[in-house]
Amino acid sequence: MSYSLMICLIPILPLLGFAFIALSGKRLVRGFATLIGCGTVFVSFVFSVVLFVKLLNGAQPFQVTMFNWISAGNFSSSISFLIDPLSSLMLLIITGVGFLIHVYSVGYMHDDAGYNRFFSYLNLFVFFMLLLVMGSNYLLMFVGWEGVGLCSYLLIGFWFKNQDYNYAANKAFIMNRIGDLGLIIGVILIFVHFGSINYADVFPKAASISTSVLTLITILLFVGAMGKSAQIPLYTWLPDAMAGPTPVSALIHAATMVTAGVYMVARNNILYSLSPMALELVLVIGLITALFAATIALAQNDIKKVLAYSTVSQLGLMFVALGVGAYASGIFHMATHAFFKALLFLGAGSVIHALQGEQDIRKMGGLRKYISITYITFLIGVLAISGIPPFAGFFSKDEILANAFAQSPTAWALAVITSLLTAFYMFRLLFLTFFGKTRASDEVIHHIHESPGTMTMPLIVLAILSAVGGFMGIPELFGGNNWIGEFLTPVFSQSIELKTEHHLSNTTEYILMGTIVVFTLIMIALAFARYVTKAHVPAAEGSELSAAHKTIYNKYYVDEIYDTIVIKPLFWFSKLLDIVIEKSGIDKVVNLLGESVNDWSRIFRRVQNGHLGYYIFVMVVGVILVIAFSYTR
Amino acid sequence: MLTALLIFLPLIASVVVLTAKPFLSKFISFAVALAELVISLFIAFRFDKTQALQFQLDQPWISSLGINFSVGIDGISLLLVLLTTVLMPGIILSSFRDSSKPPSFYSLVLLMQSALIGVFTATDGFLFYLFWEIALIPVYFICLVWGEENRGKITLKFFIYTLTGSLFMLVALIYLYFKTPGSHTFAIQALYDAGRSLDASHQALVFAALFLAFAIKMPVFPFHTWQPDTYTVAPVEGTMLLSGIMLKMGIYGVIRWLIPIVPLAVKNWGWLAILLSVTGIVYASCIAIVQKDFKRLIAYSSIAHVGLISAGLFTLTAIGMQGAIIQMLSHGFVVFGLFYVVEIISDRTKTRELSELGGIRNVAPLLSTVFMIIMLGSVALPLTSGFVGEFLLINSLVQYKLWVGIVAGLTIILGAVYMLRTFQKSMSGETNSVTALVTDLSYYERLVLFPIVILVILIGIYPGPLLAISEAAVKNLLSLYPDVTVSIKLR
Repeated sequence: MSYSLMICLIPILPLLGFAFIALSGKRLVRGFATLIGCGTVFVSFVFSVVLFVKLLNGAQPFQVTMFNWISAGNFSSSISFLIDPLSSLMLLIITGVGFLIHVYSVGYMHDDAGYNRFFSYLNLFVFFMLLLVMGSNYLLMFVGWEGVGLCSYLLIGFWFKNQDYNYAANKAFIMNRIGDLGLIIGVILIFVHFGSINYADVFPKAASISTSVLTLITILLFVGAMGKSAQIPLYTWLPDAMAGPTPVSALIHAATMVTAGVYMVARNNILYSLSPMALELVLVIGLITALFAATIALAQNDIKKVLAYSTVSQLGLMFVALGVGAYASGIFHMATHAFFKALLFLGAGSVIHALQGEQDIRKMGGLRKYISITYITFLIGVLAISGIPPFAGFFSKDEILANAFAQSPTAWALAVITSLLTAFYMFRLLFLTFFGKTRASDEVIHHIHESPGTMTMPLIVLAILSAVGGFMGIPELFGGNNWIGEFLTPVFSQSIELKTEHHLSNTTEYILMGTIVVFTLIMIALAFARYVTKAHVPAAEGSELSAAHKTIYNKYYVDEIYDTIVIKPLFWFSKLLDIVIEKSGIDKVVNLLGESVNDWSRIFRRVQNGHLGYYIFVMVVGVILVIAFSYTR
Repeated sequence: MLTALLIFLPLIASVVVLTAKPFLSKFISFAVALAELVISLFIAFRFDKTQALQFQLDQPWISSLGINFSVGIDGISLLLVLLTTVLMPGIILSSFRDSSKPPSFYSLVLLMQSALIGVFTATDGFLFYLFWEIALIPVYFICLVWGEENRGKITLKFFIYTLTGSLFMLVALIYLYFKTPGSHTFAIQALYDAGRSLDASHQALVFAALFLAFAIKMPVFPFHTWQPDTYTVAPVEGTMLLSGIMLKMGIYGVIRWLIPIVPLAVKNWGWLAILLSVTGIVYASCIAIVQKDFKRLIAYSSIAHVGLISAGLFTLTAIGMQGAIIQMLSHGFVVFGLFYVVEIISDRTKTRELSELGGIRNVAPLLSTVFMIIMLGSVALPLTSGFVGEFLLINSLVQYKLWVGIVAGLTIILGAVYMLRTFQKSMSGETNSVTALVTDLSYYERLVLFPIVILVILIGIYPGPLLAISEAAVKNLLSLYPDVTVSIKLR
């Protein structure tokens, strides 16, 4: 099979899977839907591996054009794919993790009436996500970008009878669209200034474009990233998105879709490297988001909400990496995060499954003895995200921190605080869920069971990846060669040339690393003391909280603030337009104009009143006027 | 000859149908609509993309006044003719569920088709005006006779409002006619030359008169207030005719009769048209958000979408023009589908109040899926027909002025706000007593809606051929404006 065909088939297979499952609907037996749903993604995974190996062996990036899509005037864009190290790595994550989550869903969605529909949506999502990363031009990336937003919307509102879920779905779609507006305007400006929207045409020309234009473009693009990757101020949709089935949270709202913004900035690295202001903005937004979300996660009691805020925070860290120009580190963390966050979500799903839908950690506890596979894999995930060596998160996070330190110690300090908070809230979650006394009702305890093989198998695979995934980027410090950095070098080569390397001395690096690990362990010990030794359980709903606690428990009231300053005013404004301007303004004027014609005609009607004497009188007046007029000339 | 056939076949049929039995009249009109579709597809197949005007017919008609029966088809006409011939069978088919429609109804629909195709193909000023006015009559009666309560006053307002606009156009056309050399003629090229020979201030007057006529027809803010009421009270076939096809007469008028006749005035005053259109996008979108009546909401969404089309046209860029043309098609299909979905729901539930609906997805999954796909076309999701045009149009507006592009782009957000809200209120949630008995799509309804769904997706994935059809005509049109350089103003 030719490589071009293979590349085209990677996204097309999941699309066909979607079409087949969606068109046959409920008539399709579940086993077959499973086979198609998982099978197509698996084949795409295999193809992705083949291409990856090819690239690994030094092949040049592949570019395949399928057909010309939109061309009008001097604008032209085609459906064409680019497989370079960056997109190839993304392909592995999307199809690999995607496949595992498909398998997991077989067990998780087993009793759901919408089983087939679920798989069709998942396949559609994979298709769009693949377009996003494989597209060789901005417009195709935008297609994937909006497409994954659609799938996210469909899957958040998957259980559509619940209107709360539908509100969450709408919120996600609309907030993303705010970002999308920024993105598409940015893409259009790229077309205007570069005369093309193909990556291959744009990047080499970047240096010849003025910085102010580049800054505008990159900030607009970043607005898109804020929406999709849930950064301040457009992050509030992501925690609500947890309304979707848990595999969706793992796939879309942790491992793949939300990292699209990171991918996009990394893809455009040269544009960002050339506009220091935009890069600064990325750094600042990333930092604030990382810290802000981490504090909120400290006080959440819904297992999925904690993970959601943790995702927002980790995405913030990735943007910190990008913001300091360490693009490869950002992508590295994105990869390890995909492993351990997918693992944590799937683990949470397994817990929820075992407890028949319970998501409140105050009603869990002591699950360690009942569901040991879930526990062990979850523990590995927690260790990985907390940055305990040698688990995956340690290496990727350390690389970000080291790069941040070289650039700005303040940024480093904030990132470290985030990282320590992360360790605390993740272990809080772990302890409250799996340690201590079981707080569930006897009825629920009676039914606790370990999840079926289709669910535990993906957990185990992801746990292994979370444990060893960090080895793809062992720093030179430990005698590694930072394989992932090397692999991605061609993608970032232009930016690397621009960047002045600040090299930290080995001693500094060791000290930084050691300090962080020690403090992390202290945080874990604190969490242990509080939640295991003292068996503290977060206060029940409605009890008195301290002001600070209350604020973070209520997520800083950001939703309420948005409601007051954006949503309500929009509705008032619209009502105002409708009632005042439309109905009593414009329409009144139009009607008045119409009526005035009526009035005038009422006057003129008198002219034709049928009285003969009147007509003669008017005629005489007319004749006199004519004569008078002709004399005056 | 084929062009004339397209015009006269439904005209003759509209008379024949009157004499037929009710049952037969349905099928005759449907057959004629299908025949028209076949003919127009044949024309599209034979169409030479590199040439401008084709399939011409030029017969002297009222020679003493220089009026000819001259018609022809170029890329722009062809696409609108196709829009008409594709939607017409659907409109006729959608009336089949209601057995009470008499032959006169079908006669009016066929007359309408004849006039619409006439408008889109006429290359004589008088002929254009004639078809333009003829088109108003059947749709007026369709709304008046088969509409809902309160229709009398509302349809009269619609009639008078649009008629007033057309009178301005008539005055402008006659004025131009007297500017033509020799014994005067209404031939399009002569009118073009006459218009272009005017100085800036006279061009501005002609511009004002023509723009008013076309702006009312589309309608462009603030000339739109007849539209929501009329769309709401009209029977669904009337709404489909008005929104799907008839409003394109206004846009087509701008392309064929305004931009080429008074290029100088368009350059001087185009900003005003863009300003009004872009205001209309935001204005109508906001109002759509707070509508409670499903049908009225779609009516406002249509104003918003048309605002974008008209704004893009006046940027005088190839991207804007081609975007406008393909968006006319997409809008036609999408709005047709949306109004039909509204009709299906209100027919079954006897209400259009969004607050009373909900949960239809549970009982009519197919209807809900179809609505979802058409809705995605409406909010311009990539790979649906709506995206191609919307992207090109916003692109042209960003090139015109960055802030104008951004304001127009708000439709991306606001469109999602009102459409998603509508979907949620009608389709999602639990079923209630009103929606519990909603049945899924019937055979006829599928026959009407499936082609629309397919077109929405197909055009979204592969718009190439349609864009190619309009390319030569647009290039031809823009050759009038060689010195329009697009200036980009950042900040």
